[in-house]
Amino acid sequence: MQGKLRSKILELHFKANSGHIGCSLSCIDILISILKYSEPGDTFILSKGHAASALYIMLNELREIPDDVLDTFYKNATTLPAHPAALKYNAIPFATGSLGHGLPLATGIAKAKKLKKENSISYVLMSDGETNEGTTWEAANFAVRNKLDNLIIFIDKNGLQGFGNTADIMGDTSSPKVWSSIGFEVMDVNGHDINAMLDIKQKMLLSKNGKPKLIIANTVKGKGIPYMENKMEWHYLPMDEKLYQEALAQIKSDYIL
Amino acid sequence: MRKHFAAYLEKVVTENEKIIFITGDLGYNALENLAAKMGDRFINAGVAEQNMLGVAAGMASQGYEVICYSIAPFVVYRCLEQIRNDVCFHNMPVYIVGNGGGYGYGIMGASHHAIEDIGTLSGLPNMRCYVPAFIEDMKSCLDEMFASKGPSYFRLGLGKNMPDYLMLNNNGASSPVNALAELTIIVQSPVANNLIAALNGNAHQSKVDIFIVNKMPLANLPSDIAASIKRTKKVITIEEHVAIGGVGSAVSFLVHEHSLVINKFVSLHAKGYPGELYGSQSYHQQLSGLDKENISKIINSYF
Repeated sequence: MQGKLRSKILELHFKANSGHIGCSLSCIDILISILKYSEPGDTFILSKGHAASALYIMLNELREIPDDVLDTFYKNATTLPAHPAALKYNAIPFATGSLGHGLPLATGIAKAKKLKKENSISYVLMSDGETNEGTTWEAANFAVRNKLDNLIIFIDKNGLQGFGNTADIMGDTSSPKVWSSIGFEVMDVNGHDINAMLDIKQKMLLSKNGKPKLIIANTVKGKGIPYMENKMEWHYLPMDEKLYQEALAQIKSDYIL
Repeated sequence: MRKHFAAYLEKVVTENEKIIFITGDLGYNALENLAAKMGDRFINAGVAEQNMLGVAAGMASQGYEVICYSIAPFVVYRCLEQIRNDVCFHNMPVYIVGNGGGYGYGIMGASHHAIEDIGTLSGLPNMRCYVPAFIEDMKSCLDEMFASKGPSYFRLGLGKNMPDYLMLNNNGASSPVNALAELTIIVQSPVANNLIAALNGNAHQSKVDIFIVNKMPLANLPSDIAASIKRTKKVITIEEHVAIGGVGSAVSFLVHEHSLVINKFVSLHAKGYPGELYGSQSYHQQLSGLDKENISKIINSYF
């Protein structure tokens, strides 16, 4: 599925002549780990809304978004803009795009689930650059104080953000040390190894210790396409025909389709 | 209004178990009973307003109705994007309650005032702003807000009783229909008390139509206000809010849209901080010409 969904992401972006490819390839494996294996009642928010294409492809795979709707991506009168829109799909409970919104929302959902004594999980996927946002720390402390062990955050940690390396800009705001010291249960994992992520997720699900959970998924921006990997510009660039064919060939040779 | 608001809530939260109250760490000497009554549905989210609004939207998506409470400027300006994206875009039942709108916090200074709150919020999608003037119309605003199940902002201010000669209606309140009226006065917020004081004993009181408008945005000119303006052709608007985005600018826009002919229009509104000087609420009202004496002077200038 990792190769198949990558090919579909590439096709979607090629047809739309759109950027944000690197961000989606960075987190598609995380989305598979969360969404393909979630339980009824679980909620998910893509806080890094700029990876919407990965979410749309994943939801298309899960038959939440039909093929003909997917074809409207990026076009006028679409319900699938470059960042997820409000009130269109049950599987997209909140529109995102401005960073730092998803964690407070997911925290509120987790708090509501606790009050209602529901056992389902509130998942949220953030980017590492996004943890620069102050709301991250407001929500993190709220989640700890409210003992929201039904909140599972994934951070797509690819080390790159809008205009440089995260290390050079604000430092490592998704450092496991910082999050553990606040009171989170934190685990590191290879963000492209689905089995490893499922193992970690299972451990987190079983850990009913009152601590909110953080899974730091170490990733490579543009994962799977050598000319995109770890390159900031692939946050923004679209592919021409030649680059698209090269990328597709690479996926065909490296992944089981 | 704060104590009346708390008393109202204590009743509503008992009847409706879906209501959550989140405070941004405020409520001393006003919300203690409410907190005791609500138990785990009363949440202190700390001094973190952006998260408070995000959490509120998240909880609302799970079937709750969520009140977010703080001092007006903190719960409006600090978290504007959360209000717009998380609450309004999704039409969530999140009721933002700002205490001390306008110059309500007086000598506490500009950081604690909210004189651009209505203009800031009322253009957001699905948002309704409630700006009661008296204790009586506060109750009808609260009833309407809790029935709305949509994004709301409630500006709490000075809580005095409405004079007997005004009558509540759908837009707020008004004086009885008066065929002899020569002047239409439209007022918003508890600064209405200054108007009432200015009219008390004024020789022209019987020639004035008064309209309290307590909900924004004003999408249409209410028919009774339109009828009064047609008759008088003279308008004063009074609000403890800057001119931009307030009730005066809304009325002015609607007068043109309805092609009403008027001969004179004066907007009395908050003028910020002339000379960068600070004082009590009534001091700031006076600097903005919203005090009883100036209102009286302006009214007399029409006759």
